[in-house]
Amino acid sequence: MVMIFGKPLPLLFGQLLLGIINGSFYAMLSMGLAIIFGLLNIINFAHGAMFMVGAFVAWGLFTYLGIGFWAALVCAPIIVGVFGLLLERAFIRRIYKLDILYGLLLTFGMAQVLQGLATNYFGSSGVSYNAPNALSGVLKLGFMYLPVYRGFVVVAAIIICFVTWFAVEKTRLGALLRAATENPSLVQSFGVNVPRLIALTFGAGVALAALAGVLAAPLYSVNPDMGAQLIDTVFAVVVIGGMGSIGGAILTGFGLGIIEGFTDVFYPQGSAVVVFVVMAIVLLARPAGLFGKVA
Amino acid sequence: MFGLTRHQLLGFAVLVVVVIAAPFVLYPIVVMQVMCYAIFAMGTNLLMGSVGLLSLGQAAYFGLGGYVAGYLVESLGLTPEVGIIAGALAGAALGTVFGWLSIRRQTIYFAMITLALAQIIYFFAVQLTDFTGGENGIQGIPRGKLFDVFPLTRDLAIYVVVAVIFLAAFLFVYRVVHSPFGQVVKAIRDNEPRAISLGYKATNYKWVIFILAATLAGIAGGTKAMVMGIQTLSDVGTSVSGLVVLMVLLGGIGTIFGPIIGALIVVAMQYYLAPFGAWVVVIQGAIFMICVLVFRRGIIGELAYRLRAEL
Amino acid sequence: MDVTRRTILGSAAAATAASLPILKARAAGKFLTIGVCSDFSGTYSDVGGETSVACVRQALEDYGATAKGYNVKVIKGDHQNKPDVGAGLARQWFDSGVDLLIDVPNSAVGLAIAGVAAAKNKAYINSNAATSALTGPKCNANTIHWTYDTYMLSHSTGGAMVAAGGKSWYFITANYAFGQLLRDQTSAVIKAAGGTVVGGVAYPFPQTTDFSSFLVQAQSSGAQVLGLANAGKDTVNSIKQAHQFGITQSGMKIAGLLIYLNDVHGMGLDIAQGLVLTESFYWNMNDKTRAFTKRVLPKTPNNYPSMAQAGCYSGTLHFMKAVDAIGIDAANKSGIAIVEQMKKMPTDDDAFGHCSVREDGRFMCPSYLFRVKKPGESNIPWDYYDLLHTTPADQTFAPLATEGCPLVKA
Repeated sequence: MVMIFGKPLPLLFGQLLLGIINGSFYAMLSMGLAIIFGLLNIINFAHGAMFMVGAFVAWGLFTYLGIGFWAALVCAPIIVGVFGLLLERAFIRRIYKLDILYGLLLTFGMAQVLQGLATNYFGSSGVSYNAPNALSGVLKLGFMYLPVYRGFVVVAAIIICFVTWFAVEKTRLGALLRAATENPSLVQSFGVNVPRLIALTFGAGVALAALAGVLAAPLYSVNPDMGAQLIDTVFAVVVIGGMGSIGGAILTGFGLGIIEGFTDVFYPQGSAVVVFVVMAIVLLARPAGLFGKVA
Repeated sequence: MFGLTRHQLLGFAVLVVVVIAAPFVLYPIVVMQVMCYAIFAMGTNLLMGSVGLLSLGQAAYFGLGGYVAGYLVESLGLTPEVGIIAGALAGAALGTVFGWLSIRRQTIYFAMITLALAQIIYFFAVQLTDFTGGENGIQGIPRGKLFDVFPLTRDLAIYVVVAVIFLAAFLFVYRVVHSPFGQVVKAIRDNEPRAISLGYKATNYKWVIFILAATLAGIAGGTKAMVMGIQTLSDVGTSVSGLVVLMVLLGGIGTIFGPIIGALIVVAMQYYLAPFGAWVVVIQGAIFMICVLVFRRGIIGELAYRLRAEL
Repeated sequence: MDVTRRTILGSAAAATAASLPILKARAAGKFLTIGVCSDFSGTYSDVGGETSVACVRQALEDYGATAKGYNVKVIKGDHQNKPDVGAGLARQWFDSGVDLLIDVPNSAVGLAIAGVAAAKNKAYINSNAATSALTGPKCNANTIHWTYDTYMLSHSTGGAMVAAGGKSWYFITANYAFGQLLRDQTSAVIKAAGGTVVGGVAYPFPQTTDFSSFLVQAQSSGAQVLGLANAGKDTVNSIKQAHQFGITQSGMKIAGLLIYLNDVHGMGLDIAQGLVLTESFYWNMNDKTRAFTKRVLPKTPNNYPSMAQAGCYSGTLHFMKAVDAIGIDAANKSGIAIVEQMKKMPTDDDAFGHCSVREDGRFMCPSYLFRVKKPGESNIPWDYYDLLHTTPADQTFAPLATEGCPLVKA
């Protein structure tokens, strides 16, 4: 068997693939964060909570209404997106003009409230949500066994990332959004309802988090802490990628997933801290992240 | 006295009276915990208020101070004052290094790099079990004898020590803020380019404040380890970093008395919300939100605004 | 001075303890206070929390405390998994008249409170922390460790798996003291029984949610048994993902070193089926356990008691008997006196049957190895386990001499 650094090659291939799978969650979550930051200048600490809410909504749709995975993939993000719109209306709107740190603190509080409510309602052990039958089973890839569902997640994530990136960077709507953040009053004078545009952006970003949550539900235990465990890493991804850079967030998300995957093999104890080591190094070398513009 | 204004002098007098009376009215351990967190928050407030930088990694210095003090006293049998001083020095040393690494970054990047560095410290706290005891922590740290003479086993005895440290830290922070040095720092916060053009090395000033904040965190951590007799991972985790920011925010960023009130409220919340079970987290989060939305000046900040005084 | 001071102290703790009534009433009769210090909001709230409180209350009912002239207050407090908060709460409670502190998941908090109980000379029953240090180097005369510890888990599960032919093991370990201890103790058992440990990974705790990488490594190791030296959500996540990667289907057996009934419930039998695990109590074991569960369920309708919570029941019941034996005045005065009496008397209750408390504070009861049922085999709610093997009390816990407990004279 071919060995690299004392590890069999097939195992490393496997890790690469698993890294990409985890990376797709980082990419999807950090993309939503980057959109919200880029357009609203809000650091949404509640993003992880929205991810969690998305997973619970999918579970609730199935348990109480019998709505399955495929429908949940559409319904849950819409429900959570609307919820996000309400939050934006009620709370976030009030702090746009303030220092960026207040946004962070406000959303941190929101995350705690959501997480606490979920613990009260569902308990800490969480609930179980299964992948649809069509996606169960295992693929034999030669170098490893890959659960079909994980393969599906990667493909779905890549599509979602591409569509989002395209929508923001290459379409008229996206151009409008970007213009609105640069110079809201000018865009407003063109007859565009900027506040509504911003609210919808927040809703969309949150919906992306919920979509990732639905995709994650069959993989992980659906529990109140599932988002909180990810959020620090996802923040690191956004910062490393460059705040507000959607492409940067996507690439960094996948990249960090892969780095983590290899750390799992060579130094498993360090796989949680490696992200922060990378972040510290990147910020020291490139203050605005890998793909960010210097403010 | 110490350059305090009339309102501040009144406030300080009230503070001294409260500190003296508190252990006879309230539970001394809780009051001591409040004072430790208040020292921690005063340091963090230096960063947030005087320099306008939000650190999400203050727990690193707080935890390190506690571990160093706990280890020296529990494992090597040194006296408590040595433990606390060593904790302060450890906090200062780490603050010097981490400050140098992070101080050139602004706003969110500064917050993130402090978070990253603190996570690395947390990682070591988990890994170096011989030093930190892993997740069991350092248990049963003896309070020992101050200067090898005065036994601190009784709550009231150690209370006196903590109270002295606390009041000294308070006056020290006050002096720093109102010294010529503090004035320059304030000028830098308000208009950095202008301060730089006047010839001040802004970065160095901010760095010193960062180190002071880390030192205060180290003192607070070391003192708390002595009071509680335990030092564990929960003191070095991100939630403590969040908690101390909450204290500063609640009390009022940039106020002198704010961190004390903030610490009081947060510690009290932990105890008095204990019977509410899972609602603790919800209530804490809601308070966070309310503070940001309607109470941004914080309690002392609001009071100062109403009285048109600096508090 | 002292009286007013105590009263004032009490008022400081009033919100947590509602202790003023206790203090006023204490003069009149046989008054006791039991404090349930647990995790009500975090990761252990399903294996401790409200269900533990329900079990304590049930013990008082079953004992007939009121009929026997006792007025027992049960108070509860959330330690939020912060040792400071736990130790602070314990001090406050003890100073304001709490006679027994019980439950306490989380080893760091559990150990911290043991120190406080000794300093204040009060009785402390830990039913929910795993660390065997509570009856080892950190043991004291005020503390009893009920229900289980890492030694028991590793000996029951490890020994039985090897005996059943699972000779080669691969470990996935949560990289903290609990996980490492569990892994090391189980490894020792495996080797002593003639098995081997072919490899393992230690992953960062608590930040890990994805175990696929470790599972793939485990799979490629070719071991017969996958040992999970972790707990709670991590265990649930690793088992769930092992299922996705076809690990169980490919013939590798999974041994969960700490799995509660509540975890199995959260996973669902689809995923959990075939798991082998150890508990010292299962509600559907015999008529007595079923009767106990039937009594307590109205107080905790959505969460069946698992071993740690049943331990709160058993511990409280035994505590009441000991208090009765030495008399209320002696009991209010000294925690050591109560604990000594508890060690003298054998225990007897519906949840654990006839057991005892050893001189180091170890509650000695048999441990049971269970296998999780297949979905079709479970006919009633929460009916999840088949009993595989019983390890008698004297074999399932560490021998006295090896523990390093200072209470035990050589």
